[in-house]
Amino acid sequence: MKHANKNIVIIGGGPCGMEAAYRLKNEGMNVILVEKGPSLGGHLACWDRLFPESIKADDLLDILKNNISDVNCFLNTEIIKMNLRNDAYDIELSNGITVLARAVLFATGFDIFPAEKKEEYGYGIYNKVITNKDLEQYFKTGKDERIPANPKNIGFIHCVGSRDEKIGNRQCSKVCCATAVKQACEIKERFPDANVYSFYMDLRMFGRHYEDLYYKAQHECGVRFIRGRVSEISENKEGKLIVKAEDTLMGKPIKITMDLVVLMAGMKNSEAGIKTAGQLAVLRDDDGFFNSEDSFYNLEKSAYRGIFFAGTCLGPKTIPETINEARSAVLSIKEYVESFAND
Amino acid sequence: MIYEGKKKIWSEYQKDIPDDHYFYARSCIRQMFFTASEQAFLEITRKLMGKDIFETEHHTTCGGIAYHCDAIPQETSMTIIARQFALMKKYGYENFVCSCITSFGLYNETLETWRRFPEVEAKVKEDLWESCHLEFAKPKFLAHTCDLIYKYRERIASMAKYRLVNVKTGRPLRVVEHIGCHYSKMFPSKGFGGAEYPYVLVGMVESWGGEIIDYPERRHCCGFGFRQYFIQSDRGYSLANTYKKFESMEPYEPDMIITNCPGCTYFMDRWQYVIAETQGKTYGGKGHGIPVLTYEEVAGLVLGYDPWDLGLQTHQVGSEPLLDKMGIKYDPAKKYLGVNGKFIGEPEKSPC
Amino acid sequence: MIDFGYTLNPSSRINLDNFDRNKFEKLSKSEPDVLLCIGCGSCTASCTAGKYTDTSLRKAILSILDCNEKAAVDFAASCLLCGKCTLVCPRSINTRNLLLSITKIYGKKQ
Repeated sequence: MKHANKNIVIIGGGPCGMEAAYRLKNEGMNVILVEKGPSLGGHLACWDRLFPESIKADDLLDILKNNISDVNCFLNTEIIKMNLRNDAYDIELSNGITVLARAVLFATGFDIFPAEKKEEYGYGIYNKVITNKDLEQYFKTGKDERIPANPKNIGFIHCVGSRDEKIGNRQCSKVCCATAVKQACEIKERFPDANVYSFYMDLRMFGRHYEDLYYKAQHECGVRFIRGRVSEISENKEGKLIVKAEDTLMGKPIKITMDLVVLMAGMKNSEAGIKTAGQLAVLRDDDGFFNSEDSFYNLEKSAYRGIFFAGTCLGPKTIPETINEARSAVLSIKEYVESFAND
Repeated sequence: MIYEGKKKIWSEYQKDIPDDHYFYARSCIRQMFFTASEQAFLEITRKLMGKDIFETEHHTTCGGIAYHCDAIPQETSMTIIARQFALMKKYGYENFVCSCITSFGLYNETLETWRRFPEVEAKVKEDLWESCHLEFAKPKFLAHTCDLIYKYRERIASMAKYRLVNVKTGRPLRVVEHIGCHYSKMFPSKGFGGAEYPYVLVGMVESWGGEIIDYPERRHCCGFGFRQYFIQSDRGYSLANTYKKFESMEPYEPDMIITNCPGCTYFMDRWQYVIAETQGKTYGGKGHGIPVLTYEEVAGLVLGYDPWDLGLQTHQVGSEPLLDKMGIKYDPAKKYLGVNGKFIGEPEKSPC
Repeated sequence: MIDFGYTLNPSSRINLDNFDRNKFEKLSKSEPDVLLCIGCGSCTASCTAGKYTDTSLRKAILSILDCNEKAAVDFAASCLLCGKCTLVCPRSINTRNLLLSITKIYGKKQ
């Protein structure tokens, strides 16, 4: 009897790839986890706390990491070549190793929208404009020279690089609303004397307990929610920011001087993931994310045999959703691998 | 302000235009407002740079003002423009440079309309032949005259007799740059530096020794805006926009304003007088306004042209404080003497 | 002064820098529910008085936040205190007390 091929290559060492690696290993698969960066964790490793309950990102990361302490992980490694050969994929890695994998899981994740592309907001030009990711770093390390000691006015700007035809991202990035409300509460807790403003188009508090977070932001933190997209930011002589928007509910233009502005940069499909998938001519939708076989019953399957997807390479989503998708992909991969054993 | 961040954006908006052989189209209003600016452009490009800039008396207005006031439909302005391009071809040129920002915007808008709607282009082609018997053509490169001065800015700097520096203090002059809306707001890729942080005038000022002021209302309209000006009772809107800009730049104490658009130069210059008369407020210190100059006038001063030959006496705001700061010699007695020493008249009230 | 036939037109822009935080804190102490409005418009839509006058609790709250206290009082002045808005408000705001508090704190008779 031929020795069954149970090699599975997972591309991407974020929460999705890590969870899938753990579950596949438990199913008796031979897992190879390939991560292009120097460490595991993806964007989760850059975050301080997670909505809605504000649990520590590091606590979740530790669980995910401990689960896979005995899994083969190649860090700083990329996929050089990937070819289909006799119902398996011949994969060459940048560290010189080649693998004949029965199945490949794309857990390639997302890139944060480069906020400097919204030129009118002046990220990288005005000192006091930061992103959601910068703020998480600040919460984690307590260090960011751009954040003043006693800010009077702090503004959050939603939908930066999301729901924006002009910069080519039409999709809603889904998690930024809850992130903004969470961060607004957190910064108010850090600077109780500050006025915190949130400029939104729609507040999409879709998940369980998210509405409670919104309630808390209003009731406990007194965050002022202004329904209007910011049109431009400029800097005054003192280095403070002049923010312009419209209060659409009042139907009037607004101007306010801010000490700090946080841009809620959205999600786009990962450039590195797109490059790797390009070798197989994997199809992408108008929004740049990968196309599943179908989006209801076979979300984790691609149009190619043996190629699977999970997590944010299929579109913006939360971490619990990502973890669930990773588990669902594991089930499908297991079924797929076992279908060969019955031959 | 993080200068490196701006430089990154500037590097992304660099358009490719040739530095020679252009068909030149004047602006209908600049010839009246800032009489010597277009002549200065021709002097600098032809005589000092040795470039081939061709102009013919047969070209007309682009129709921009009438178009923006709804006095003529777009089809009419497109046919006028097609005629300008046809003249360019007739005289053997393939690059077009115009002196007006409204025109530059309208030429770009027209070319883009033709690109997207070929049936409109076909109709204009037909109308052009029927009305003028001219052969339709499109320019290979379309430029604004400030693009060319920008391109020659380092050469101008190397020939400079004066710099944008206060000779008494040695400090760079503090300069407000104002870009006409139609230079790059419609098509950011058509302007040096894009729409949010345009570089075309910044580049000139930096090369000639000045320092740029980035104030909160930098992107705001000068106050011209066509429809808010043409009817007298509406002019309060125009005035209010200009006022907003000056209030915003005031704390930076600018020494001068440089603009690339006929309307902007005119309104930022003239409204300072009206603000002084109605609000009793001036912005340039000691009861003076802030001098507002075209980029050709600034280039001319840097190159050592006589201020009165550059037409600075036709500005509402007197330029003498600026000339003194730059250390430029001028004869006050000759201010109102025109060609061949003929007296051209003098304002009843001294400018602010 | 010269009359040019036109004047410097006033700006209609809202300047949030003029926001009176102390006064607002007084209001939110008097009726904490003011913080809960999500601007859905149910109150205005159900308002009996609002069909014939400029009554709007939603606009009154927004006017305060947007530094136009006089307008806020005007939007509240014609309220009949019928209580219909209390019934429809998805955030269960105590509209009656809120309207009275607005009039008390921002109105002329303080």
